[in-house]
Amino acid sequence: MNAIETIDLAKRYGTKTAVDSLNLTVEQGELFALLGVNGAGKTTTIKMLSCLTKPTSGDAILLGDSVISNPQAVKEKINISPQETAVARNLSVKENLEMIAQIYSNNRIDARIKAEEMLLTLGLGEIAQDKAKTLSGGMQRRLSIAMALISNPQILFLDEPTLGLDVLARRELWSIMEKLRGNITIVLTTHYMEEAKALSDRIGIMAQGELKAVNTAAELMRKTRTETLEDAFIAIASESEMSE
Amino acid sequence: MRTLAFASRNLKEMMRDPLNLVFGVGFPLIILLLLSAIQANIPVSLFEIDRLTPGIAVFGLSFISLFSGTLIAKDRSTSFLMRLFASPLSASDFILGYTLPLLPIAVLQSILCFIAALFLGLPLTANILVALVVLIPAALLFIGIGLLAGSVLNDKQVGGVCGALLTNVSAWLSGTWFELDLVGGAFQAVAYALPFAHAVDATRAALAGDYASIFPHLWWVLGYALIVLVIAVIVFKNKMNSDSL
Repeated sequence: MNAIETIDLAKRYGTKTAVDSLNLTVEQGELFALLGVNGAGKTTTIKMLSCLTKPTSGDAILLGDSVISNPQAVKEKINISPQETAVARNLSVKENLEMIAQIYSNNRIDARIKAEEMLLTLGLGEIAQDKAKTLSGGMQRRLSIAMALISNPQILFLDEPTLGLDVLARRELWSIMEKLRGNITIVLTTHYMEEAKALSDRIGIMAQGELKAVNTAAELMRKTRTETLEDAFIAIASESEMSE
Repeated sequence: MRTLAFASRNLKEMMRDPLNLVFGVGFPLIILLLLSAIQANIPVSLFEIDRLTPGIAVFGLSFISLFSGTLIAKDRSTSFLMRLFASPLSASDFILGYTLPLLPIAVLQSILCFIAALFLGLPLTANILVALVVLIPAALLFIGIGLLAGSVLNDKQVGGVCGALLTNVSAWLSGTWFELDLVGGAFQAVAYALPFAHAVDATRAALAGDYASIFPHLWWVLGYALIVLVIAVIVFKNKMNSDSL
């Protein structure tokens, strides 16, 4: 079974088409990166896949369940780390983790155990009692990802997880994502080409709401006869702009 | 359990914000002390402690709208609500989670107000307990206003609408600072078409042991609370299903 399969998935706001007839398949355990300039439709796609926005037409099947007909079942299997860090600012790191674990598991004791595990896994143990609002940007992102992972999702959506981070914090998050690779299905949106190249199994390039290309970084470069992923991205994205 | 986990988070967020404590508890108590001091020097029947305390209690409750509205608006702007909307929490989990923690805060706030009033000469009677119960519909009303404001406004707008406008309007039109019949006319008519003066009058009647006079006023407050809560729930649920948080 595929982790994600979209069938002519589309989202329109009035006359503006944010995502147009998206047909995409992501395999279980795959780390899939969605690349695109601002307004390309990446975040809208993530929102439809995570049941935050209803598609205008089409459907998406996540591990056998439709985002339209059975969103509650989909929500039990997924989690998301939004673009903003989305943490409870006056709660400690541990309290944030326990709260999310309780929302998913309904059990306070399990939630405590899971929070302890997550503190260890993501290296948050030393700041467990610190309030979220006192953390650095990098640590808040790390907490945000930990909050998304604590429910043991089968599919994880990471929307621009390293946006605005310094190079060290970004590399730390890369190493966390590397460890997750293969264990769960991850859909990552990013502006950073090197991030997509370093982390993902396959890359999808979106422009003007359409999925223009899907392949490995190496294949995208080969097909566009370019030396770097950035050049390949520009070739694909600008080609679609010129054809508009 | 899900609702409780979310409600517990909301309670902690509000109680750990020092501004909430300053405005929700400190400010009304300062006003109570100040007006009682004025009353001690220049006796004004309106500021006698048994008439003043219900007004200050209702004034204090108006800050509940600011607490809840700000929390919800911030949860929207920081994408915290987006994270939770992608979780298995249902609409009722959200609404109960945001409203339940506010009731004990409101009751605690009113209790503190009455304790302060006891030190300022309010007689200790069972009517204080009745007054605390009579204040609950007013608390529900302000909780509903906060839920509504937080669902449609950003946190700065909530500060303006609930922090400045609502607290002032509810105070001026409550008959706490001046007798409404001294102004009379349209002002008094508007004041009694709104629930704030009724909330104060109902609490004054309860505190005076004049139970028969509670209900005409309490119906107004209950009616407004019900209407505002229903509208707030509908707006919040629509927001959950809309494309923009």
